[in-house]
This record gives sequence, structure tokens and C-alpha cells, in this order.
Amino acid sequence: MMMLKVDNLVVRYGGITAVDGVSLELEEHETVALIGANGAGKTTTLHTISGLLKAAGGKIFFQDEEITKVPAENLVARGVVQVPEGRQVFAKLTVEENLRLGAYLQKNKQVIRANHEKVMTLFPILQERRRQAAGTLSGGEQQMLAIGRALMSNPKLLLLDEPSMGLSPLMTQQVFDVLLELKKQGMTILLVEQNAYEALTISDRAYIMETGNITLEGRSSELIHDPRVKDAYLGGDL
Amino acid sequence: MSAEYIISQLINGLRLGSVYAIVAVGYSIVYGILRLINFAHGDIMTIGVYIMLLFMTSTGMPLWSVIVVSVLVSVIVGVLIERFAYRPLRSAGEEATLISSLAVSTLLQNLLQMIFSPQKKAFYLPDFFTQQHQFGIVKLSTMNILTFAAVIIMVIALTLVVQKTKIGTAMRACSENLDASRLMGIKPNQVIVFAFAVGSGLAALAGLMLAGEYKTIDPLMGFVPGLKAFCAAVVGGIGSLYGAVAGGLVIGVAEMLFAGLMPTSVTAYRDAFVFVVLIVVLLFWPNGIFGRSEGRRS
Ligand SMILES: Nc1ncnc2c1ncn2[C@@H]1O[C@H](COP(=O)(O)OP(=O)(O)O)[C@@H](O)[C@H]1O
Ligand SMILES: [Mg+2]
Repeated sequence: MMMLKVDNLVVRYGGITAVDGVSLELEEHETVALIGANGAGKTTTLHTISGLLKAAGGKIFFQDEEITKVPAENLVARGVVQVPEGRQVFAKLTVEENLRLGAYLQKNKQVIRANHEKVMTLFPILQERRRQAAGTLSGGEQQMLAIGRALMSNPKLLLLDEPSMGLSPLMTQQVFDVLLELKKQGMTILLVEQNAYEALTISDRAYIMETGNITLEGRSSELIHDPRVKDAYLGGDL
Repeated sequence: MSAEYIISQLINGLRLGSVYAIVAVGYSIVYGILRLINFAHGDIMTIGVYIMLLFMTSTGMPLWSVIVVSVLVSVIVGVLIERFAYRPLRSAGEEATLISSLAVSTLLQNLLQMIFSPQKKAFYLPDFFTQQHQFGIVKLSTMNILTFAAVIIMVIALTLVVQKTKIGTAMRACSENLDASRLMGIKPNQVIVFAFAVGSGLAALAGLMLAGEYKTIDPLMGFVPGLKAFCAAVVGGIGSLYGAVAGGLVIGVAEMLFAGLMPTSVTAYRDAFVFVVLIVVLLFWPNGIFGRSEGRRS
């Protein structure tokens, strides 16, 4: 089944066009990377898919139903869940409260408990920090919390916006290990990254984005050897 | 000037401050979520009082049910104002809704003047409320005691709601990060309506306390106390529940001490004095006493 289809998406901030005709697709169980430099329009694309921003043109489909105009708060229940750039955990709320908010729309207590257990198994550190304010966690721990909170929403499609941003190499590795684990469990993932090497390593396919456009797309295993990608995103000689 | 006189002025200040505190909470919870200073909030007090007067004089309903009706009507008016005067302007920015709130304030005042006449009206509560009780050197009416009790109950109840309930957690989430809250499936409009409902209901109660104190009411009576309650919310740190209460008490006590201790030639400036207190506090605590430092949200 086609999980996500973005068709010729255009997004503007006032007069500035930030996303200019982007099309992309995700099959169920696929992990797809969206790679691009700062300011390319990656976050804008994710925010529009999530319904935080309005599209000026184009269409978005989730599981073959159009969601172009569905606002963010109504999309979560359908399984489109975003882990936002810069984590955006609720700093003054406890770790536990943050996780509960992930399950805000979930009425079934058993499902909540099962997801909670899953998150705690995936991120044992969150168990230890349960009662702490989220703002007191390290950057890496906050990223774990942001992912854990998203998993509490029962995602069918997980959108991650630069989960490795600002993390130490060790923490980055841990985050990608978790993503790999989720991928193994069958999650459909759209991963936005500037960290092209890691993103291409764990993804099945990738899109390269430059100033509002997709300039290149293909299998990640091939793109990782593509000279154009190497020069621009992999520091030349990886 | 005797110590007893100063103590009685202090108590008067706490009484007045309690009313400010109850109104200030409404400013604060709305500001916390929307970054909107709702200047019509003080006039909701007036609406509540006129509804009470209307039902007290034209029906034989017992007072408690008149109070319930007044609170309900005020809640509905507050929620309608949000729906029709603020929500459509929300995407136009904070300045637009701020100006809209000033317009709504003027509109409500004029409407009340048209419907009930601009004249002052007597507002008598049953003897039960005005009965005086002596506590040592302090004399308090039943209404005063109820006012203190109302503040305490309000603080406990709101703390429980904000800390323990789902809508309370959603409120805290929205006041911290609106977009992230939407990504959780929280509907900001639901939270905003809840904040306006709580604030407006509390304003109606505060109006009752104020009218019981002054024994007369008029269509403009809520505006200046509303501004002072806004000062209280800022003094305490706008967005903070405990700050609003602390700020209310500080402003009330400062105002009554000024009115009671200064020569009569300057006590006419007690309203201006409240704004001086505001400025002085902000010089030392730019975010208010309990305030958090944060910029405006874009
Ligand atoms: N709120 C905004 N208002 C105006 N322009 C914006 C806003 N957010 C992003 N932009 C602009 O849109 C373009 C794309 O930004 P963004 O989607 O954040 O890129 P990326 O996530 O790839 O770094 C950039 O040129 C950026 O300056
Ligand atoms: Mg970005």
C-alpha cells in the first residue's frame, strides 16, 4: 500500500516560496530519507505534511486519502506522527507527562500501557528520568523522549526532522540504532537529515532536496556512491 | 495613626487584593496560551453583576442559584467573545487581537449603558453577607470571609485541574509550545475555550465581591479594577497562576495602604499609584515576581 504520496507540493511564507513543486512517495514499511542543506525546505515540507502549515499548491495523500487540508491536531489520530526538529519536548512537564501527551487521543488504557512498555524497553533511560522535568534532560535524552512520545501516539507513518541535530557522535549512533530497530519492526519512516551518510545507510530510498526542489532521488545504496551526492553531502571522499 | 488602623488597612488590602487575584488569574491563563491581553476581561465582571441584579430583582430565585446563573452567563459571554472577536483575528497577530479586545470592552460598556442606563444602581446583598464578625481587633463581613475562602479554594482547585487533569496538562503544553501540542492531537481551540470559560466564571464571582463591597454598580465599574487586576497579573508574572494571586494581594495591599496612610490630598491618585507599583516592580523583576523569562512567541 502507498503510505504517503506528496504531489507537486508548493508552500510559501508570505511572498517567499520555500517549497516549489516537491513530489515524493513512501510505500508501507519503507524507510525514506529526505536529505538537504540548511534552508532547503525540508522542515517546511514535513510541517505541511503534518498539517502545521498550509499548502499553496499540490496535494498530499495518506493511505490513498487526501490529507492536504487536514490540520495537525486531526492527523495524529490517523497515524501521521512527527518528531519535530529541535525535539520540542515540553520542558516544564515531566518525562512521564510528555509521554502521556503522546497518548493524548488514545482512549484504550491497554494500548497506552503496551506502548508505554515498548517505549521504556526501547529507552530505559526514560524510566529512570520519569519524574524529572524534560528540560533537565541532555540533548540526546530529549531526543529519545521526543521519539518515545511520538511512539505513544501509535504512528503508522513516523516523520523525523533531523533527529541527530546537535548530538554527540555516540548519541547520534544510538538514535540511528533505535530507528533501525523501528524499521525492523516494520515502521514506515520518513527521515529528514543533514547527516547524509547515516541517513543513506539506514534508508531504503532517498530524495535530495535543494532550495525547495527535489534534485535527485534513488536507492540509498546507489546514492551513497553517486559522485554528486559524495561531493555535496558526504565531504567528498567517504 | 495606630497599629490597629494599619492592621485594618492591611486586611482591607488583602480583601481587595483577593478580588484582584481572582480576576488576575483569568488574564494570566488566557495570556499563557494566546499571549493575548484580554482587555474585555474586566467588563465580564460587570456583566456578571448586572445579570445578578437582573435575576435578584425580577425573580424570586434564591441567591445561590442567581450566582450560578450569573457565572454561567458570564462563561457563555466570555466564550462567545473569544469565538467571534478573537479567533478570526488570531492569524493576524497579537496586536490585532489586543485592539479587538479594547473594542469589545467599549462595546460591552456601551451595551450595558443602553440596556440598564448609565446611572449607578443600588446593589444589596442579604444581611447574611453583610453581617460583621469580630476577630480580635479585626472586623470582617461574611462576604469578606467568603472572598478569602474563594481565593484559597480557587488556588487549590486550579492547581488540581492544571496538574492532574488531561485538559490541565494540555493547557500547560499549549502555553509552552502550541505547535508541538497540536502534533500531540491537542485541539488548541478546546484549550482556549476552556481558559476563557474558567476566567470568565471567576470574573463573575469577583464582580459579586466587588459589588457587595461598594453596594452600588454601574456599567463602567469593571474596567478600572480589571486594569488593576491586569497589573497584578504582570506584577506576579503573567502566565503564572500563583503569580497572579501573589500579584493581586500585593497590588491590593499597596493600594489600601496608600489610600489609608497618605495625606488626603494625594489619596485621590490611588489608581495612578497602582501603575507606579507596577513600574517599580518591573524595574526590579522584569518578568514579574513569579515570572519566567521568555520572549514573545512569533
Ligand atoms: N516561519 C518562516 N517565515 C519565513 N520564512 C521561513 C520560515 N521558516 C522557514 N523559512 C524559510 O524557508 C526556507 C526553508 O526553510 P526550512 O524548511 O526550515 O529548511 P530546512 O528544514 O531544510 O533547513 C528557508 O529559506 C527559510 O529561511
Ligand atoms: Mg529544518
